[in-house]
Amino acid sequence: MRVNPQHTPYHPRWHRPSMPIFWWVRRWIHARFILRELTSIFVAGYALVYLLQLRALGMGPEAYARFLEMLRSPLAIMLHAVALGFVMYHSITWFNLAPRALALRVGGKRVPDRVIAGLNFVAWIGISAGLLWMTLKG
Amino acid sequence: MKKTLEPFWWSLFGAGGTLAALFIPITLFVNGIAIPLGWLGAPGYESVLQLAGHPLARGYLFLLISLSFYHWAHRFRFTLYDGLQLKHLNFLIAVICYGSATVGTIAAGYTLINL
Repeated sequence: MRVNPQHTPYHPRWHRPSMPIFWWVRRWIHARFILRELTSIFVAGYALVYLLQLRALGMGPEAYARFLEMLRSPLAIMLHAVALGFVMYHSITWFNLAPRALALRVGGKRVPDRVIAGLNFVAWIGISAGLLWMTLKG
Repeated sequence: MKKTLEPFWWSLFGAGGTLAALFIPITLFVNGIAIPLGWLGAPGYESVLQLAGHPLARGYLFLLISLSFYHWAHRFRFTLYDGLQLKHLNFLIAVICYGSATVGTIAAGYTLINL
């Protein structure tokens, strides 16, 4: 056993403020932070559902039809509706924070935050419209 | 986790966050709500298989799914540290989070190669 050289029987009591586990429910701004962090569960959760759909696709027409049937259950639709709210919250908060992660300079001047965030939102709408159009067409 | 690995995990987190922010809401809406409710007609099996089987589509699907997992892993890890005050379980949490994202990535690679 290793001897701790700092240890004395007369150890001072350190001041350690104890944080309650649910510290973040007290204030809306803190709750919003945790809510934003929890969007990642829905992002990964949907990635998993999507992966399972692709797996069913690879297993053949019957397996794929069964998977689509499962997606039609009221519970699945309800869960997807909740998840949609969370993933959209992820997108909105992500694009609003983009200017902080990426300081763009054009001609020596810093591109304003609002422009960077705005371009992200435009890209989001463009991609969404594009994928929707592909689905309608295909 | 070693301090030197942090920028690597962060870059996966950042790339995943961006891909997920741009592509997941519409994908979820179409596949999980609009098609199941009949607002949009479901494309036929063969055409979906053909589209998803295209090499570019496979690459896109792999990145979207895998990086979404790593995005979760990194963010959830810090949520557990900060939100639940589990800082003392640092290493264990990191292994569980990045480990499950890696398992998911392998599963995604396997599924997409065999598509």
